[in-house]
Amino acid sequence: MTTLAPLDQDACGHILRPGNTNCAGCGMSIGLQWLQQALGEVRPTMCIPACCGIVAAGAFPTSAYGVPTLATTFASAAAVATGVSAVRRLNDEDALTMVWAGDGGTYDIGLATISAAAERNEDVLYFCYDNEIYGNTGGQRSSATPQGVKTSTTPQGKTEQKKDIMEILVAHRIPYAATLSVAHREDFLRKVRTAHRLRGFRFLLMLSPCPTGWKSEPAESVELIRIATQCGVYALYEVFDGRRYRINARPDGTPLERYMSTQRRYRTDLLDLDLLTALVNEKWAYLEALERAFPARVEDGER
Amino acid sequence: MARALVTGNHAAAHALALAGEANHVARGTICGAYPITPQTEIIEFLRAFNFSKGRVVPVESEHSAMAVCIGAALAGARTFTASSSNGLAYMTENVFSAGYFRLPIVMVGVNRTLGPPWNIWVDQGDTLMMRDAAWLQFYCDSHQDLVDTVLLAFRVSEDPRVLLPALVAQDGFLLSHTQMAVDLPTLEQVAAFLPPCHVPHRINGQGKTIGGMTWPHDTEHHRHEIQLAMERVPAVLAEAVDEFVRVFGRRPAGVITTEQTEDAETILVACNTMARTAQRVVQERRARGERVGMVRAKLFRPFAREVYTTACGHAQRIGVLDRNHSPGSGGIFWQEIALSLRCRPEVLVQDYLVGLGGGDVTPEMIHEIVDDLQGRTTASPPVWKELPVA
Repeated sequence: MTTLAPLDQDACGHILRPGNTNCAGCGMSIGLQWLQQALGEVRPTMCIPACCGIVAAGAFPTSAYGVPTLATTFASAAAVATGVSAVRRLNDEDALTMVWAGDGGTYDIGLATISAAAERNEDVLYFCYDNEIYGNTGGQRSSATPQGVKTSTTPQGKTEQKKDIMEILVAHRIPYAATLSVAHREDFLRKVRTAHRLRGFRFLLMLSPCPTGWKSEPAESVELIRIATQCGVYALYEVFDGRRYRINARPDGTPLERYMSTQRRYRTDLLDLDLLTALVNEKWAYLEALERAFPARVEDGER
Repeated sequence: MARALVTGNHAAAHALALAGEANHVARGTICGAYPITPQTEIIEFLRAFNFSKGRVVPVESEHSAMAVCIGAALAGARTFTASSSNGLAYMTENVFSAGYFRLPIVMVGVNRTLGPPWNIWVDQGDTLMMRDAAWLQFYCDSHQDLVDTVLLAFRVSEDPRVLLPALVAQDGFLLSHTQMAVDLPTLEQVAAFLPPCHVPHRINGQGKTIGGMTWPHDTEHHRHEIQLAMERVPAVLAEAVDEFVRVFGRRPAGVITTEQTEDAETILVACNTMARTAQRVVQERRARGERVGMVRAKLFRPFAREVYTTACGHAQRIGVLDRNHSPGSGGIFWQEIALSLRCRPEVLVQDYLVGLGGGDVTPEMIHEIVDDLQGRTTASPPVWKELPVA
């Protein structure tokens, strides 16, 4: 068994250090490594609520995180980050304060807290790794769980649609909101850098494969996200100041079934694929119309 | 020092604001702010205060108000907030976090009945619900006591031998919305009394996880450390009181204050404004030649048992006035006093539930309690003052 080095030997400086106990194929692990690659020497302070992200830290006195990390209560990450960021501002410190949270803490229990921090435009970079499930407690539904997915609390498949957290955050007119893909590395790194360059409340959303929850093969995690973007079920786009849209990748006609059949969490026998495809198309028509009407400007950042 | 006529809320807010402003030489001050009756004026006062290095963050709930304080304290600032009743109940999860994180946050709790049913008047059930949250708890009987205790709370809370948050409680409306003349300290005095806030375990760039998982033996060790820190509080508070006298020229109340307990046969124990009424009753009884005394409880957590036992001296009957109720048990102060006096089984300790839900506590009621107590040979289950005798 690999063990973590004690706290005083954190010279390696990685955000996520080797020896952590994350599952194979976990999107969060890829996200943390790419976050590091995007930020380079920048050492963010991580505020992490109850989620796999804080379990990954390991037990005292070791830490899988090589950067300062605060474990917050489930609903509080954005408010704790507000406190940290506020003190840094008082002291003219140019340090990056981040939240690293799952979909439960973002879409559900923490939503009021996030909304309030966004409304106040706190200087916080909020990162949500969305595995569409309460993964840390063994796989229960969240409001990010898509329709038709079996979880331990929706054994017959979830009947409701997934909540659109991007639209909710964008409606706060925050400086930057973007979706990230672990199958699009350059796009991922560019968006993290854009978010880091900006000030105020920035929101990054990453669809994060969870092989145990998705009943998928760990080795196929990255490919699954690629297919999700190709069939359009996951849209890659960014929104500046809550108004100016830029789409980063468009669906290529890959059928939804291809995405769903690679995982065993979908009740494909009960799903109306034609209806779901129509919903995806409608979402895309909406996004395309927004981009046409309110396009991002050149100065908003390189494509 | 300025003599001013202020409400309890403004007295408390004034002390919070000066304590925050005094920390401008260090990492500044942060207040997570959310209003609730009868505490609202404190937050309004603080939002209007012009901090030279501070920010009052208007959040969306009490839960987040304490979360902001936690983040800010972990970043090294002096932090405070205020709450009441259901707001405090909503904040609870993070109140415990602050205690177990050992952050020197100060909160003014304006006592108000927990609902349902809906009730905005005073009852100490809200702050006493937090008795196990690893916070110091002070109960105040006057506007001056509020000013002094808020400053003492920062001093003790931030002491490296303690490092625990502190709650300063006052009676809703009876204190919060009435006016009394108080001595308001100057910023220079407060700065002389409160050294710059230093949180030794604050985030400092090191790669460590604060508040992550621990195994059982580490958790037990952590809880034990908190217990030891609590046990150091009476001595640290005594030092702080002496220093207070040196800086401000008057002596604030410490763990308790006593009224004619030395030779008393019968002693009342009370806190907050009820203690003031009880004090008057004791003086009237003394004028009649009765050997009655009283103990005004101020520090509730830690509960300095020896101090209470000593103060109760040779009294044979102790009556505890509780403006709070733990269903299935009785008054909470009574539980603590009875435990303190377990070494003296011959002493009769009787609980009186009085003024629950904000009911008036008149001198006549306390006289009745003294009569009842003097006539007793055994203790009964808690007596409910507002209920007809069965």
